[in-house]
Order: sequence, then C-alpha cells, then structure tokens
Amino acid sequence: MSKPAIVGSVVIAALVGGAIAAFAVAWRPAIGAIEPPASRSFDPALVKRGRDLAAIGNCNDCHTAPGGKAFAGGVPVPTPFGAVYSSNITPDPETGIGRWSEAAFRRAMRSGVDRAGHHLYPTFPYDHFTNVTDEDDQALYAFLMTRSPVRASDHPNDLSFPFNQRFLIAGWKLLFLKKGTYKADSSQSAEWNRGAYLVDGLAHCGACHTPRNGLGAEEASASFSGADVDNWHAYAINAQSRSPLPWTKDSLFHYLRYGWDADHGTARGPMAKVAANLSSVPESDVRAIAFYMTSVFGTPAPGRPGPANDKSAQAAAGDQAGASIYQAACASCHESDRPLPYSGIDLRLSTALSAPDPRNAANVILSGIRPVSGERSPIMPGFANNMTDDQLVALLKYLRSRFSTQPAWSGIEQTVRNARQTETVSLQTSPGTVSAPGSTQRDKP
Amino acid sequence: MTTLKINGQVHEIDADPDTPLLYVLRDELKLNAAKFGCGLGQCGSCTVIVDGKAVLSCVTPVLLLKDKEVTTLEGLGTVDKPAPIQRAFIEEQAAQCGYCIAGMMMRAQALLQRNSKPSDAQIRSELQSNLCRCGTHMRILRAVHRAARLMDTAELTNGKERAQ
Repeated sequence: MSKPAIVGSVVIAALVGGAIAAFAVAWRPAIGAIEPPASRSFDPALVKRGRDLAAIGNCNDCHTAPGGKAFAGGVPVPTPFGAVYSSNITPDPETGIGRWSEAAFRRAMRSGVDRAGHHLYPTFPYDHFTNVTDEDDQALYAFLMTRSPVRASDHPNDLSFPFNQRFLIAGWKLLFLKKGTYKADSSQSAEWNRGAYLVDGLAHCGACHTPRNGLGAEEASASFSGADVDNWHAYAINAQSRSPLPWTKDSLFHYLRYGWDADHGTARGPMAKVAANLSSVPESDVRAIAFYMTSVFGTPAPGRPGPANDKSAQAAAGDQAGASIYQAACASCHESDRPLPYSGIDLRLSTALSAPDPRNAANVILSGIRPVSGERSPIMPGFANNMTDDQLVALLKYLRSRFSTQPAWSGIEQTVRNARQTETVSLQTSPGTVSAPGSTQRDKP
Repeated sequence: MTTLKINGQVHEIDADPDTPLLYVLRDELKLNAAKFGCGLGQCGSCTVIVDGKAVLSCVTPVLLLKDKEVTTLEGLGTVDKPAPIQRAFIEEQAAQCGYCIAGMMMRAQALLQRNSKPSDAQIRSELQSNLCRCGTHMRILRAVHRAARLMDTAELTNGKERAQ
C-alpha cells in the first residue's frame, strides 16, 4: 500500500472505532412497555410513603406548571444552554410514564435514561437521585403511577446545536455522574446519615445551592457555596453563609418546616415551594435534614460578622430618599416588635441584606410574600406598583448601609431592572395562592 | 409642600413626605372612599390606582408619588353617574358591610383596564390580597364579571352614554 493509503485506512479505522466506542458509551436499550398497572395494584401504605418522598424530592415543583395539572410537566428550566422543559410524569400511557415498568423508572432515577433508551438532560437531577435506594424508588413509582393520568405531550426543549444532541449527555455522565446508592458513614449517628441521604439524594439541595461548572455540572469542590437560580440567589449553606446569625438545628428545622424562622426570616422564591413541600412530610425527616445541614454549615468561625449594630445608633449616611421610603413603607412592620410571622423580620437579621448581591431583596420588595392558603404565615405586600426603579435603588442602598455589616452593593440598577422583569413574569404566570401539597395541613406554629 | 395629582386635579399638600397617601386622601382631601383597615398593607381596603395599577395607599408615602396620577373611587364615578364597576357592584348587591368594597372595586378596575375579560381564576388571584370578612366573595366575583360586560358597552369611567 502507498503511504497515503495507509494513513487513510488508519484514519478510517480510528473513526469507525471511535464511532463504535461512542455508540457503546451512548447506546442504551429500550425497556419493554407494560400494560399500565391498575391503581389498586399498589399498596396504599407504599403510595403514602411515596407521596412523602415525592414531597421531599420537590417533584411537583419542576413537573407542575403554574396553574396546570399536577405532574403533567411543561415547566421550562432555564440553563446557560437553553431551556429544558420538564416532562409529563403522570401515568398517562401515551404522553406520560403509564407504560414504564418499575425497572424503567429506577433506571431513569439512577442513570438518567428514559424507558425508550434516550439520555435525559441533567436538569432532571439524577446526579442526586442515583443515591436513592430501591425501596424508595419503589415507593415513588407507586405514588406516581397512582396519580391522575394527564394527557399532555412533552414540550420540545429550546436548545441549540450541539446541545440538542442527546447522545452527548452520555459523555457528560462519564465525566460527572457518580452512580451508586448512598453509603452510610458509620462514625455518624443514624439521624445524621438519614439527613445526608436525603440532602445529597432525593432532596437534591446542591442542585440549587452548589455552583455549576461550564458544562453545567455541580462543582464538587464548592459544595453548597451558593449559586444563581431563576434570578434568585440560592444562598451559601455552608461555612460561607452570610446569615447574620448562625443557623442552628432548631432554626433550620423551623425554617424548613414552617417556611420562616424568627432569627432568619421567610423562605421565598423557589425556596418557598421547598418549604411548602417539607411542611407535610414526616417531621423526623425534616429534623434529620436540619441536623445534617448544621454539620455542613459547621461551627461558626470566631470573628464571624454578626448582625449590624442597634438600628437607632446608625444613621445611614447619604441616602435621605431611601431613609424616607424605609420609614414610611417598611418600618411599620419591620419595627413593630410583633413576633414573626405577624410582622416583618428585624432587618439586621436578614440574609438578603447581607447577601453578595441585592437580587433577593429586590425580588421580595417588588413581589412581596403571598400568604399560604389556609394557614397562619408571613405576608408582605409587594411594592412593584408603588416604586420606580430609582426609588427602589435608593431604598436598597439605604437598607444595605443601615442593616448589614457588608460593603455596599454594586450594579444595583441592573439588578433592579432584572428583578422587575422577574416580577412581571411571575405576575403573568402566577397560579394565585400558594398551597401546601396533598391533604395534610401544615402544623400550626 | 407636596404636589399630588388626584382624580385629574392638582393638589398642593402640606404634609410630611413620608405621610401615607391614605392619610392625605382621608384627612386632608376628605376623599373617604379608601378605608383604613390594617395600616400594614395586608387587607386591601385602602387600595387606589396609581398610573393604572392598584396600590395600597396605607403603605405608600406621598414622596413616592411625584409625577404620578392617583385615581380613587371618587374619580371613577358619582352617585348620579356611577362607573361600570360601581354599577356592577350595586346591581349584584356585592356589599354587605361595605368596608372592603371600595378597595375591591379599585383593584378590580385596575385588573379590567389591563384585561377586559378576566377568567374566574384571574379575578380570584388578583383580588386575593383584598380581604372581605362578611363573605360576599361570590357576589364580588359576579360583580367583576358584570363590570367586564358593562365596560364592553359603556364608558370606562363616568359620563356619556351608558347602556341601559
């Protein structure tokens, strides 16, 4: 053979070999379709356990569109690569998971592959769900397969080439998916291990609270150090927390269970839905999550900045406009001395005002905090219609300088413009009242 | 001195800039439709319209109202010439004690100005921040739907022809 011919055949062999290897990595077989199982074939106790697990997993949040049918999907999840839409996980045979066997469901949870063998985008957090035990997957399956089937075809994703090529996800998994169920740490208590299993697995806390790398995978070296989600900042929930008072097991439990805590304020934005879900699951699981997370927060470092000084002592310099707005619009609740949830939090304790950027504070001032249906819960009027962007900027500057020990924010103007957009969008898609899921009433505070 | 434009009229108000709009409306200008309920922006009885949007006047200091236009219920219609929203609430007998109704009408008016045919769910979502303790919610819902129909045929505010 001539030299070019040899080179040519080597290249072809390499290409063919590479293609076969890539195929072997990416190809997954379909798992046979089943006749949709009858609801009655599932043990009610198993379904109930699955319901609680689904609440811990926050499944309804991503898989239920505002005002839409439960678990019918269609919620866009924005990513740097485009929007990925959640799928219909009701047992509808044609458009949902009605023909999925339990094995197919477990494979999706473990390794992000659907029944037909397609790779699923990691917006479905199987990098966490891979930790879930067989028993819990079985309960989740029983719960989902006994929901009302909804006929709703999946919304096509809004991804550009090459990110719309699903086989590429196989490569992503090689790099970032660490399969294997949770391994208990025998040096820790049962409660700690239960919390770790839930936090790192089904509850997938890191999906929002851990920053992601350029390929959209969580940065293992920066676990829980805070990240941006849907124009909200998911706070650092480790030693880097900016919370003016350190989180304790009890305060964290109260916050997760009731959606607010006297020392930290109110869960809002995406976290409000998490707390609503956790209000109705076994209390011991919420306590376990709080216990484990307290160890993630760690012992507060000596010299950690605490709350700002007594509010009367500090006249925030330079921002008379902000001061006047605060006095007239905010102080009547935030300085009322009524206990939470019937008043606003003492703003010196607000994590939002000590956060790295002002977006959460801007969001909550514009949108307010809606009451939870049928319960005693915090409430705050939104000020989107009362304040111009300039007025809100002045207010934020004042709040930061008076109630936080942190340096002034930069880029407040842009943050306020973005927050205004978020507020407009949520106004258009708002389902109205916020309700706790299922029939269980939230415990009374 | 603070300058306020209310119901098309310019007023020079001798009030501190941080005075809530509600106090100025009721105490200085004797515009008593907007009610003091909770004073905390939690009940909605003080709702007025500012630049087309519903706001809670008890938590809106007048310093926020520079160059803005305030509309109160008095600016929509009169006893002799009620606006469609007022006619609709009367025709559906939507008030019992009536304390919340001015706020209900103002928030409903703001909704109808941007959405002329709201669904039941949209009305409920919009009015959920306004509390009624007598329990006339179903009548209020009907009244808002009726107002939407009236506005199809009548003027938005008082004056001119009204469909009889």
